[in-house]
Amino acid sequence: MPDVHTHEEDPHDSAYAGLLVNDAHHWAFGTDFEDPLAGVDTTVPDGVDPAVLAAYCLMLGDDALVLSQRISEWCSRAPDLEEDIALANIALDLLGQARLLLARAAAADPAAVPALPEGSPVPDEDRLAFFRDDTAFRNVRLAEVPNGDFAETITRLLLFSTWRLALFERLAGSRDAVVAAVAAKGAKELAYHRDFAARWFVTLAQGTDESRRRALDALGALWPLWPELFETHGVERAAAEAGVGVDPASVAAEVDVVLEQVLAASAVERPEARPLAGAHGWKGRDGVHTEALGGMLAEMQSVARAHPRGQW
Amino acid sequence: MTTPRAEWPLYEVFVRGKRGLNHVHVGSLHAPDDEMALRHARDVYTRRNEGVSIWVVRSDAITASSPDEKDPLFAPSGDKVYRHPTFYEIPDHVPHM
Repeated sequence: MPDVHTHEEDPHDSAYAGLLVNDAHHWAFGTDFEDPLAGVDTTVPDGVDPAVLAAYCLMLGDDALVLSQRISEWCSRAPDLEEDIALANIALDLLGQARLLLARAAAADPAAVPALPEGSPVPDEDRLAFFRDDTAFRNVRLAEVPNGDFAETITRLLLFSTWRLALFERLAGSRDAVVAAVAAKGAKELAYHRDFAARWFVTLAQGTDESRRRALDALGALWPLWPELFETHGVERAAAEAGVGVDPASVAAEVDVVLEQVLAASAVERPEARPLAGAHGWKGRDGVHTEALGGMLAEMQSVARAHPRGQW
Repeated sequence: MTTPRAEWPLYEVFVRGKRGLNHVHVGSLHAPDDEMALRHARDVYTRRNEGVSIWVVRSDAITASSPDEKDPLFAPSGDKVYRHPTFYEIPDHVPHM
């Protein structure tokens, strides 16, 4: 590839010139991107019910997809340019995890994929993302509630990433090679999300009176949604027994230790709040959600549903 | 509790790339403290796989030459060709020259 230099005139600009060299041998921009699934065996392991694997991937994928959409709502609205980009990066990381997991669900169990008109070019993972109603989503409700203020977004990200990182670190040893590869990739992303959110939580809690009040309010508001993350759904139990999934109850103690460190550094006590009840015991993993999910999906899915053939 | 500031301080960001030998100044950003500046720099300046190492430094910690001083500082070296090692051959196996 030819070199493209656009800055040469002013020596004060020369530090930037290196960024504008379009040359594979140079360090800047866009070389060495990795395909997380390169060389991965995509056959479903022996003894694993493909429908269980698919349902399990749908749960993990929906968690990421729904929270990604919520965080994306901050685009152009974050308190600072730097936070705007940071939150967008995190949303994109989660969207990438969702895409791989929904694609895995579709590959394991094609019957789970919504049918579209003949000849529609919409890929399977997009069909799952954009053509299911809220009752078919299997995400935990923590992912779906509205953003609230910046402190609430940070607090949700702290809780979610602390939990999900613990899951993914174990899922890296999944018998399903695709889940293992997705988890190995995702764990690095989640480690950053947790670090980012934990630093911000401590900063807000130990900042001004106003920022501390907001951090405490956020933790109090989200606390009722926290226990749901450690309740074992039948699908999760079956996936764990088959060696492809992780029982979320098994990471509770480890997650608690991490969260305790953050709360201690923040001089914050755990709130006293009852868990948010489900309907007849059914919660997010059963497809029973808060009403906020329907509104969020209506916005997220409107363009895709108006153009199921991908043409306009 | 510290007294709130109206605005976050400015930081300068230096990134060393995969094949880069030096940290290169890539831009600046605002952050509440040094550690968050590093994370902001990661998010703003290395999201396209550019970097393997980042330095951040408060902009007010940098002493810079002024464009007004350009002539006295830099012009005198302009005609000192004998300071360049251009009078011998560099062997092919010597890198980065």
